[in-house]
Amino acid sequence: MPQTLYDKLISTHKVLEQDGSMLIYIDRQLIHEVTSPQAFEGLSLAGRKIWRNESNLAVPDHNVPTTDRSSGVSSITDPVSRLQVETLDKNCETFDINEIHMNDVRQGIVHVIGPEQGATLPGMSIVCGDSHTTTHGALGALAFGIGTSEVEHVLATGCLWQNKAKNMKIEINGELSNDVSAKDLALYVIGKIGTAGGTGFAIEFCGNTIEKMSIEGRMTLCNMSIEAGAKVGLVAVDEKTIDYVQGRPFAPTGDNWESALKYWQTLHSDLDSHFDESILIDASLIKPQVTWGTSPEMVVDINGSTPDPKLEEDEVKAESIRNALKYIHLKPNTSMSSVEIDKVFIGSCTNSRIEDLRAAASVAKGKKIAKNIKLALVVPGSGLVKKQAEEEGLDQIFKDAGFEWREPGCSMCLAMNADKLEVGERCASTSNRNFEGRQGQGSFTHLVSPAIAAATAIAGRFSGVNS
Amino acid sequence: MKKFTSLSSIAMPLDRANIDTDAIIPKQFLKSIKRSGFGPNLFDEWRYLDHGEPGMDNSKRPINSDFVLNNPKYFGAQILLTRRNFGCGSSREHAPWALEDYGFRAIIAPSFADIFYNNCFKNGILPITLSTEIVDSLFNYSGQIGIDLKKQVVETDEKSYGFEVDPERKRRLINGLDDIGLTLQNENQIRLFEKEHFAKFPWI
Repeated sequence: MPQTLYDKLISTHKVLEQDGSMLIYIDRQLIHEVTSPQAFEGLSLAGRKIWRNESNLAVPDHNVPTTDRSSGVSSITDPVSRLQVETLDKNCETFDINEIHMNDVRQGIVHVIGPEQGATLPGMSIVCGDSHTTTHGALGALAFGIGTSEVEHVLATGCLWQNKAKNMKIEINGELSNDVSAKDLALYVIGKIGTAGGTGFAIEFCGNTIEKMSIEGRMTLCNMSIEAGAKVGLVAVDEKTIDYVQGRPFAPTGDNWESALKYWQTLHSDLDSHFDESILIDASLIKPQVTWGTSPEMVVDINGSTPDPKLEEDEVKAESIRNALKYIHLKPNTSMSSVEIDKVFIGSCTNSRIEDLRAAASVAKGKKIAKNIKLALVVPGSGLVKKQAEEEGLDQIFKDAGFEWREPGCSMCLAMNADKLEVGERCASTSNRNFEGRQGQGSFTHLVSPAIAAATAIAGRFSGVNS
Repeated sequence: MKKFTSLSSIAMPLDRANIDTDAIIPKQFLKSIKRSGFGPNLFDEWRYLDHGEPGMDNSKRPINSDFVLNNPKYFGAQILLTRRNFGCGSSREHAPWALEDYGFRAIIAPSFADIFYNNCFKNGILPITLSTEIVDSLFNYSGQIGIDLKKQVVETDEKSYGFEVDPERKRRLINGLDDIGLTLQNENQIRLFEKEHFAKFPWI
């Protein structure tokens, strides 16, 4: 029977099945400091061991400072944040787990360093106590976010109980305009299907737009599958995937490389495989996107306006629009290009890779950020991305334009470290969530692509690249 | 794991769609390395008028009396009634920890986000999916609601509604079974699978 890519990955990892639940073998667990301490504590209390140490790879990312951190963990001024990073260090030492420490050049956001190190490989089953684990599906891996109880379960058993998801195909064909990126495509898709549109599904992205898209672009797209409600986002393996993986530190070599290659080439949905739902999207229609509200589905073209709740027939939706506009301090029918902003954040597991930084830098080159911008931050996704960007001179372009060039981490995406918005501040952000208070209590987040974030920093209000 | 068999309680109505886990428990409280004590910060930004930080004496903070959680009518409610896509966003298990610590044992909504839904079962909370129409009618009902997991029914004074739940999750919740302990009963089978898996994929 023809199988979808998701079905293939599930059946390859299925240990057993019981009353409709499947026990899935986990090849790789990525660990960070926020969702793991209680899992390690649970193991200790029950006197349990780690099932397979080498399956795990840990890195601190959420709480790390993006300013000077030359004095190591003691550079974290908030004692509660510091304790969390110290706890990760201690747990990894006690349980003998490979950890990339805060001051290692390879440190970065867990979803950036996984693929970068080759710790994410096609065909693997990958979990992390973080919903944006969807990112890794861009390489044809079965990857999804889990809660802390499940982190503990994987540490102790090497496996996880799962119920099979339904299959959704999102086929995207056509040319994306020069100013439209994978981020705009992700926001556009979420705007179309809604934040619950993918609930219960594994989404596979395909079509000639995806075939032409770089691996980093695919990561951005799969990263935001969770914002469409899907725990899993996937792209089939192709030449681009293989080129990306080759030569990375954790990638196979020699004979293993050859056999891996053979297997990876089977990682695509079979012709005529069954999808429970299919959506077709014309890429040529997509304009740069900006969110206007407090959910990623509340999104319009950069030239668009906020909606009018009076025109919404569904009362629950109309109430959501009213709540969002009230929270975000915007009136109905406001043109987004008239909205002034206070801060700009370029970073996060969605948009902090080298291509993202290049896109932003090409817009910022030779320009200055507007006077009303209090802070424009560029936070690379990893120490290696930072190094690469510096070799290309991107840091200088940003600094000359008035941006701050920082150390890698999650930073202002969720503001667990010192990078946050103050009450009433409005931010153009390349991150993934515009929920109330996400970047700081009482602050307003608008999601955009790196190029739009840079153009907006220069204009001081939401702006396309060409205006 | 905490058991869930049945309960009877009034429901606290939280009339809002797409409530995300950032709203259920804001990020600053995720810095804790403990599993308990999140209840006083459940819905922190809606519940209090000031900015909350870990370690504050929450009993001294100004409360938002417009927020339903602060309405004495609903004090002690063990059921949370809400709208579609509850628990979307971050995978943080701190969200069910906070709900459970506050005293909620069941949540009724037209739909839930996948990761949150799964996390509930690990913490003795029963998430119940009912149709939008039934949820609408429950929003207009203020009496006691009975929930029986064995029979898979939600009962009001007037009506009874059946709900679906995965049989394996139901069994574990009713018996309060330890997931890890159960899985490790299959240790030999996992070892065997692993051996074959690595023979096939030696690069992992």
